[in-house]
Amino acid sequence: MPPRMFRRIVVLIIAAALVTAGCTPGTGSPTAAATAPEPTGTVEFWHQFTDRESREIASVVKDFEAKYPKVKVNITDGQDDDKTLQAIGAGNGPDLAQSFSTDRVGKFCSSGAWVDLKTYIERDKVDLNKIPPTVRSYTEFRGKRCSMPFLADAYGFYYNSTMLTAAGYSAPPKTLSELTAMTKALTKRRADGTIERAGFLPQFGFYEFSPAHMAPATGASWFTTDGKSAIGSDPAWKEIMQWQKELVDWYGYKNLAKFTASLGDEWSADHAFHKGQVAMMIDGEWRVAFIRDQAKDLEFGTAPMPVADSKAGRYGAGYVTGNIIGVSRTAKNPEAAWALIRYLTTDTAAVAKLANAIKNVPTTTDALAAATELRADPQFKVFLDIFDNPQSTTMPASAVGTAVEETFSQFLATWQSGSATDMNAGLSDVDKQVDQLIQLAG
Amino acid sequence: MSTVVTGTKGADRAAVGPPSGAGRPRPAARLRHRLTVLAFIGPALAGLVIFFVYPLIAAVWFSFNRVDLINPPQWVGLANWRFLLHDLNVRHAAANTLWFIAVMVPARIIGAMVTAMLLNRVKRGRGVFRTLFYLPALAPPVVATLAFVSLLKPGTGPVNTLLAKVGIEGPLWFSSPDWAKPALVLLALWGIGDLMIIFVAALLDVPAELYEAASLDGAGPWQRFRNVTLPSISPVVLFAAVTGVIATLQYFTQAAVAASVASGDAVTGGGISGTFGYPEGSTFTYPLWLYTVGFRNGLLGYSSVLAVVLFVVAISVTLVLLRRFNAFVGGVR
Repeated sequence: MPPRMFRRIVVLIIAAALVTAGCTPGTGSPTAAATAPEPTGTVEFWHQFTDRESREIASVVKDFEAKYPKVKVNITDGQDDDKTLQAIGAGNGPDLAQSFSTDRVGKFCSSGAWVDLKTYIERDKVDLNKIPPTVRSYTEFRGKRCSMPFLADAYGFYYNSTMLTAAGYSAPPKTLSELTAMTKALTKRRADGTIERAGFLPQFGFYEFSPAHMAPATGASWFTTDGKSAIGSDPAWKEIMQWQKELVDWYGYKNLAKFTASLGDEWSADHAFHKGQVAMMIDGEWRVAFIRDQAKDLEFGTAPMPVADSKAGRYGAGYVTGNIIGVSRTAKNPEAAWALIRYLTTDTAAVAKLANAIKNVPTTTDALAAATELRADPQFKVFLDIFDNPQSTTMPASAVGTAVEETFSQFLATWQSGSATDMNAGLSDVDKQVDQLIQLAG
Repeated sequence: MSTVVTGTKGADRAAVGPPSGAGRPRPAARLRHRLTVLAFIGPALAGLVIFFVYPLIAAVWFSFNRVDLINPPQWVGLANWRFLLHDLNVRHAAANTLWFIAVMVPARIIGAMVTAMLLNRVKRGRGVFRTLFYLPALAPPVVATLAFVSLLKPGTGPVNTLLAKVGIEGPLWFSSPDWAKPALVLLALWGIGDLMIIFVAALLDVPAELYEAASLDGAGPWQRFRNVTLPSISPVVLFAAVTGVIATLQYFTQAAVAASVASGDAVTGGGISGTFGYPEGSTFTYPLWLYTVGFRNGLLGYSSVLAVVLFVVAISVTLVLLRRFNAFVGGVR
């Protein structure tokens, strides 16, 4: 290569590297004004709800606009976390965004994609003690409160009352061994052994049967005290896996895979529980509203999830998570965005209205008391009690978002099918991968 | 004053320079000429620099940094590259991608070539058949994948229902780790119209007299294909192989959509990527891991490592293909 050409290429590379360094995001971030100004202007609000739930959100936002007539809120529904993060990174993010996924809190907080709300909260004297401790824990990361809880979800147990009664059961299972026995009694097979109706579907990754949602059954933990993966070292996970594998093997994995492949989508009216193809399942409190909307004739009951026989004292606990909401780093109108967040997450009437309408769990103690409609509903009250239970667990925030559960789920997929047989080696690999990812994220 | 040109250097310049008597262009003319050339190639050059050179250099730079798209890059040295050696997912994802390259690329080339040869033999309605076979290539990948997953849905899908009527128990297709990849290959074969149309044109360009001469020499159908057709259309085969390998190294949309739909929408957080790889990681390709680690786990530095490796592999495979192909074509001739 001629020296002149070489020099030109070097100059080009240096120029590109300088441009690269210059074109990366800046460090600027909105901060609260010394005194709360009157909210004005336009606010861009992205959330993940759709259809009926989106309409309910819009209704409460209209109440906000009525209260603060100088603010106009533009709502974009059906967004997801990946899109929101990319938009914020590109400098085009919304003023405020909502996420279904609390395991993203670590990412939102540590990266600064959502701003620390501490100064806003202290300035406006928002009483965080009105939010239960579990909820407070999943809405902050390493002491940084970058999100507020925007309604919560509690996971419990659903059962088809008609099927249980027909099989001679008067109550849902309280332990995993009872669940196994009832599953076997309620399952119907065809002559060739394939499944016609499943008592309970123990396939990780299908509908809401996931490791996080099963963790409360044994109290399994995700991280050690020094922030490393505890999946391989906590025997509580192995207890869940062994119980689950036995039930999968009873069905026959291929039978199970064939059956689940033929079932309707989780978010459609063809959901297997709606159609009577599954007798029992674990799901969030929102399913109550879905069933009443999409399967009006279904007779069903709700209860806390069954727990390990050795940990009967945990009965009543469940998985608790929720929606989170925060101000984007690139917010053009952060004060109005915070005003909307404050209204949606701490105004008792607004939180109670939303909770009643969407059939989610309210996240402040005042709103819990005010959501009389939900309390009066015996099927929904079960979830309010799970939410209140001190033994209920959540997915702790991590700097790598969903990588922890996804890495574990990848191994579980091979474990349940039988293609992975060495549980300890597989869990050890999960720990290694998770620890290295966390280290990489810093 | 006169100039006497002497020596080799001057003679060379005279030999390749402007016509005799024109002399050397003046600096102003030379500059104008260069600006004219630059004006013509400028837009293409700008595109190349902005959309290829800059991202490439940026990816290399980011691979040595902790990058989350929110904050300025933070230098971490070789940490991202070291993780590449220990990353369990990357091995699995690379193995799946290699499987697709080994099976899907040849299947598409052979499928397109055979279809084109058959279509060229059709006497009546050739245009209609060409259109029919080309149409699937126009279907957007997401829509085509959704349709395929529905068609192949075990239990309720029309394909397995038809198979059951003739006494065959259909496979689980996108729900089986053994069948998910072959099902994606079937989807790719269904959309071979883009390649097929190029093969149709190439086959029509093969001189008929070569076939006549080969027949007179006693060559059978296979020998005519091996010694006449294949060498004549070899540039198209090379094109199909190179673009096929590069496209398959970047195989993303169909694998992502098929996994998401077939999985029954398992919930592990917002976004589609929670279901990537279903079932049992069998459709988890290299670009899916690159996307997941970058945009879902927020490790853009490490995903840049994966992108750089992907680029190097694509370039290397292309060079190897070009070399091997030249040898292959030369051998045939």
